[in-house]
Amino acid sequence: MRGKRIMKSRTQNLTFLGIMTAVCMVLSFVEAMLPAVSAVAPGIKMGLPNIFIIALLYSRGIKQAAAVSFVRIVLSALLFGNLMTFVYSLSGAALSLTVMLLLKKSRLFSTVGVSVSGGISHNLGQILAAVILLGTKEIAYYMIVLCVTGTLAGIFVGVAATFVLKYIK
Amino acid sequence: MADKKKLRNDIILISAVLLISLVAFGVYTFTKNIGKYVTVSVNGKRIASYSLSKDRTENISSENGECTNTLVIKDGKAKITKASCPDKICVGHPAVSRTGETIVCLPNKVVITVTE
Repeated sequence: MRGKRIMKSRTQNLTFLGIMTAVCMVLSFVEAMLPAVSAVAPGIKMGLPNIFIIALLYSRGIKQAAAVSFVRIVLSALLFGNLMTFVYSLSGAALSLTVMLLLKKSRLFSTVGVSVSGGISHNLGQILAAVILLGTKEIAYYMIVLCVTGTLAGIFVGVAATFVLKYIK
Repeated sequence: MADKKKLRNDIILISAVLLISLVAFGVYTFTKNIGKYVTVSVNGKRIASYSLSKDRTENISSENGECTNTLVIKDGKAKITKASCPDKICVGHPAVSRTGETIVCLPNKVVITVTE
């Protein structure tokens, strides 16, 4: 089962992407409920869905990874969030995917480095959106905490993505 | 090997990020003083400034009046004690008293900032 190259029909691939989207939505819902993480800093998330976004980026390319990311953000916002959370999530994901794509193409880092950068730029995107929308620059100080926790979570997500990649080639 | 180089670069990246964060944190901690006022802004517009030296309770409402946050100033510190947002992160945030410190309610678009 490991690393078997399977020729997928379009329908099979589409179904696979649908499953990936659903998995990401469930993960983002579940990780919001983890009590231990909320204790560290309010509003902090581990970014578990990125495990699969990164795995998709490496195995299927940016278009499919971006598609799943976009669709799951839209659906999650419709089901669990509001306009504000949608805008923040979208900004974070847009910057995150751009950075991760560039770093992946540079071939300078492994999935862990890419994931850490993805996590940090995701936070950066959200903070920038908040600064623009709320007109306050003080919120940028939160980036300090976010960088530390984001790096730790990014390492975990990157390692997990490596394992996932072994199964979804 | 390409992989060993990547791993080395990863470690450099992570160390750099943590180092920069540490430095930024140090700078932030040692340059902030106790503030005198707390400014309330809704949706980017400043609507009020209250002195931190007087205890008071204020209700902050959004522009259409639907969302509310309750601001409490006590013992020279400001805190949000009640909010209509779903996640209540603003309520959980510890009281702020030094210049530059903020409590933000993203869903309600409320920001309270401590100023000189």
